[in-house]
Amino acid sequence: MTRRRIPVSALIGLLFTGGFVFIALFAPWLAPHPNSVVVGDVWAPASAQHWLGTDNIGRDLLSRMIHGTRVTLTIAGLATALSFGVGSVLGFVAAVVGGWLDQLLSRGVDLLMAIPTLIFALVVLSVLPTTITVLVLVVGTLDATRVFRLSRALAADINVMDYVEAARLRGEKTPWIVFSEILPNALTPLVSELGLRFIFAVLFLSALSFIGLGVQPPDADWGNMVKENKEGIVFGIPAALIPAGAIAVLTISVNLMADWVLNRTTDLKGGRGA
Amino acid sequence: MPSTLIAQVARRVVLGVLMLLGVSALIFAGTQLLPGDVAQSILGQEATPEAVANLRKEMGLNDPAITRYAHWLGGAVTGDFGRALSNGQPISATLGKRLYNTLFLAFWAALVSVPLAIGLGIIAVRHRNGFIDRTISGLGLASVSLPEFFVGYVLMYFFAVKLQWVSSVSTVFDGMPLSERLGAIVLPVAVLTMAVLAHMMRMTRAAIMNVMQSAYIETAELKGLGALRIIYRHALPNALAPIINVVMLNLAFLVVGVVVVEVIFVYPGMGQFLVDHVSKRDVPVVQACGLIFATVYIGLNIVADIAGIMSNPRLRHPK
Repeated sequence: MTRRRIPVSALIGLLFTGGFVFIALFAPWLAPHPNSVVVGDVWAPASAQHWLGTDNIGRDLLSRMIHGTRVTLTIAGLATALSFGVGSVLGFVAAVVGGWLDQLLSRGVDLLMAIPTLIFALVVLSVLPTTITVLVLVVGTLDATRVFRLSRALAADINVMDYVEAARLRGEKTPWIVFSEILPNALTPLVSELGLRFIFAVLFLSALSFIGLGVQPPDADWGNMVKENKEGIVFGIPAALIPAGAIAVLTISVNLMADWVLNRTTDLKGGRGA
Repeated sequence: MPSTLIAQVARRVVLGVLMLLGVSALIFAGTQLLPGDVAQSILGQEATPEAVANLRKEMGLNDPAITRYAHWLGGAVTGDFGRALSNGQPISATLGKRLYNTLFLAFWAALVSVPLAIGLGIIAVRHRNGFIDRTISGLGLASVSLPEFFVGYVLMYFFAVKLQWVSSVSTVFDGMPLSERLGAIVLPVAVLTMAVLAHMMRMTRAAIMNVMQSAYIETAELKGLGALRIIYRHALPNALAPIINVVMLNLAFLVVGVVVVEVIFVYPGMGQFLVDHVSKRDVPVVQACGLIFATVYIGLNIVADIAGIMSNPRLRHPK
């Protein structure tokens, strides 16, 4: 296979995503001020001291953005990891074992997907405390339904291949079939799905935080920063647009990368593009 | 109507009703069986055990879950959702007004976005792989990635605050004239339109493109028909089933997508109502809203499937 140059759009995506990850990793060292300390006036404009100005109670907006990057990426990342861990394993097992287990899992997932995700999350969050663990579990579980469907479809295709049949004939058990035969062969399409699921997690978490049921103050995440500063919009103070814009930049960057991975993987299979 | 068609539609409706039953159980279970005592959370941490026990009895929390579920579902079917915990008012009365507002918003958003999406989809096919097609696809990618509150506040910042063309919050009240009501929901309708436009447009384009490969399209081209006429007369009718399907799915999304949009523009709809009562931990209201949202969502999904079945000529004329 000839090596091709990475397209510019994917490079831009890579650059921005990498930047956000770097900020998230080194947040405490990069932020000029602590997360929740009042350092100036309410909604002060951008200045040499406060590059992005201050927020609704006078905290440094840039610092909160940096701390928020860490919170948003951590929760979304953990939720994505959970959804892939649970969704793909259950999907593979459902396809390989079949029978009543497959029926049970598939119908359960049908049921979960019949309720709009945000509505179901709101119903559950009306009785559960809004801690980070609960948020990861809720976002991850609802995201896992999509991964389950994809994994099950992939595994059902792979399950009838000769090499799986061969493994079965030489007496391998289900765990071997799932992890050593199916997983490696389903990995490429799953990886291209990873980006989309991550975007979903970021948008979902931000929406929850924005309506006040996600990350709770004084912790910062991009969604609840929009919520905190939204009253300013009416007075012509665009502070809320900064975290909202950051979410947009992150999701577009990840999308650009995911598009590239998707194109590459379909190329490998001799699909579209030449 | 041939019997196979009726059978298919009936089968879909029965499945939908079963699904709805399952969803109602899930919503009920989600609020009742999870850790956390409703009575305790209403009264707070300092409540005496006696007070909690009294409230539990009053709310019927000591009955087995299945009894409470049957009672709740029976009430819900007849339009009685019980009383709100937060103010003791009957839920149905408030909910009706809120539901009307939400459907009003979703209706106008649909009226704008559906023709626009199909029109743009046709234009994209007409100029496929050209500049217009690429622009439309690019906008599609952007609008999928943008959170609704980003679009919402950007529009509010420029059109309501800087240019002052419209008001920044969408206040509506009883007895408001229709023209003013429409003026108040311009921005929310714009945000909702942008949220669903891209997906519908792309699917319309894909559905028509799929048909464009057919032999009868080639025949039409060889007859010397104009490109737009071919798309409109020959490709579009055959691509109708997937287009209707995606339109219905997006309408379902609209009804749910209003939650965040209503919060942005402080619009007194059901989404705002639900969010308010989740933070108050008012479980009966949350259950009622959840069930109605899920019903509308599943209902539109069933309509989407039925429309798909009905618009397929092969099923109308069985061999």
